Amino acid sequence: MASATAPALKHTAQDGAAEAIHVENLHKKFGQLHVLKGVSLSARDGEVIAIIGGSGSGKSTLLRCINCLENPTSGIIRVNGEEIKLKADSHGHTVPADRRQIERIRSKLGMVFQNFNLWSHMTLIENVIEVPVHVLGVKRDEAIAQAEKLLARVGLAEKRDVYPAYLSGGQQQRAAIARALAINPRVMLFDEPTSALDPELVGEVLKVIGDLAREGRTMVLVTHEMKFAREVATHVVYLYNGLVEEEGPPEQIFGAPKSERLKQFIRNIG
Amino acid sequence: MVSSRPVHASLLLAETSSSPGASHLGAKLIEALLPASAAGIIELLSPVPPGWGGTLLLGLLHSIEIAVGATCVGLLIGTCGAYGKLYGGPVVRDLLAVYTTVVRAVPELVLILLLYYAGTDLINQLLTAMGYQRIDISGLAAGIAVLGFVQGAYSTEVIRGAILAIPQGQIEAARAYGMSPGLLLRRITLPAMLPFAIPGLANLWLIATKDTALLAVVGFFELALATRQAAGVTKAYFTFYVAAGALYLMLSLFSNLILGRIEAWSRRGMPSIKEAR
Repeated sequence: MASATAPALKHTAQDGAAEAIHVENLHKKFGQLHVLKGVSLSARDGEVIAIIGGSGSGKSTLLRCINCLENPTSGIIRVNGEEIKLKADSHGHTVPADRRQIERIRSKLGMVFQNFNLWSHMTLIENVIEVPVHVLGVKRDEAIAQAEKLLARVGLAEKRDVYPAYLSGGQQQRAAIARALAINPRVMLFDEPTSALDPELVGEVLKVIGDLAREGRTMVLVTHEMKFAREVATHVVYLYNGLVEEEGPPEQIFGAPKSERLKQFIRNIG
Repeated sequence: MVSSRPVHASLLLAETSSSPGASHLGAKLIEALLPASAAGIIELLSPVPPGWGGTLLLGLLHSIEIAVGATCVGLLIGTCGAYGKLYGGPVVRDLLAVYTTVVRAVPELVLILLLYYAGTDLINQLLTAMGYQRIDISGLAAGIAVLGFVQGAYSTEVIRGAILAIPQGQIEAARAYGMSPGLLLRRITLPAMLPFAIPGLANLWLIATKDTALLAVVGFFELALATRQAAGVTKAYFTFYVAAGALYLMLSLFSNLILGRIEAWSRRGMPSIKEAR
């Protein structure tokens, strides 16, 4: 993709890169509602997967199944080559079989939410060191030193002792990204990170995410920002009605879509 | 022999009142109230015998001990109860529903009599059945257990409501980062629910300080019983019950001071709503 002379705009995954996330034939039902109807997805190290699709297509549910915030009804999920063990509970719902395994896997996935979900009783620096200190067992002063670097990186160094409620949405979301980076995640998961933001604040958050993509972070990104997806993604997945309707490199998905539905979706969004 | 004070008072009253009969009655009333002169009152309330102030203060100390103990027990039961009601299985939820319903339905005085007498009796019967000696359960321990049991039912509902008020995204974020349930409770749920729980829990603490007076009926020596003893012996009912009331009031005022600080601290991440009027 990148020529030898020009600097690479996108970090492209090596062919031999390990598979960080592998989802196979995933189904999810909420009662009678069949949201995911057999979705497969794969993210190798260094890849940026963008999941796009209309409202109710199941794209957020798919992302939330990867770290079992929603328990899939059936299917296989492998993170880092380790398959998440699932079992049926007494009501017939599928739940993680091993709480410690799911906690360990979750602590390697940096999740960024639509509504930021920063902990409101903690300052930004406390938010960022919380998981490293209390879940991963990093020493407090080491965690603080690292957190200060991360906050500086997202442009919030001087806000370290401010509580989230006193910040704009864009600032909160950048702090949430710093919190996700603090666990040194194997994969970053973004669940519509700019959908709750005022239009003028979207740019500052996309810039931070774009920088992460360019430095080769593995990411799975659910987004409505098509221009951004085209810019940073190495692979785009278009979901329609709980199924993968079309997927491929962004040039193909946005430049030469094959499916009628995808063509219409891009027309409507663009 | 009439002391100068009542005469002076009746003269004052006569000046303001047109009816001579009324002024006479007023003088009688003041005469009845004033024999316990200021010096006498101080003597009665002196903390060293023969004053009864020490007795009252000891009673207050016991009342505070009971209230603190019962509130701690109540908070523990309340936290577990709220968690059980929100996240427990059907059996746990039903048992907790029975507990909170019954305890909140029966008058506290009845519960105290029931749990105090029947409870200690039951424990001793169990002990003798298992071949142990009967034990003498201390009034303090029994009082804390009984009031704590009552407080627990109310705390359960206060804390349950507070947990429901936490933005669920914050709990979800903690789960998404691999927090275990215990860590989640300690680091996220409890501190995040505190600002919503403090007003209700402050009420419960103030109620607990006054519910200690109910333990007088089972003979536990606390402020109300101490007051009754002092007043009964000296016949200075008015003096001692006003003094007891003042002590309860001071306890409440001091509590408000501390509770206000705790509430301000628990709301540290929340902008003041005064600006949002």
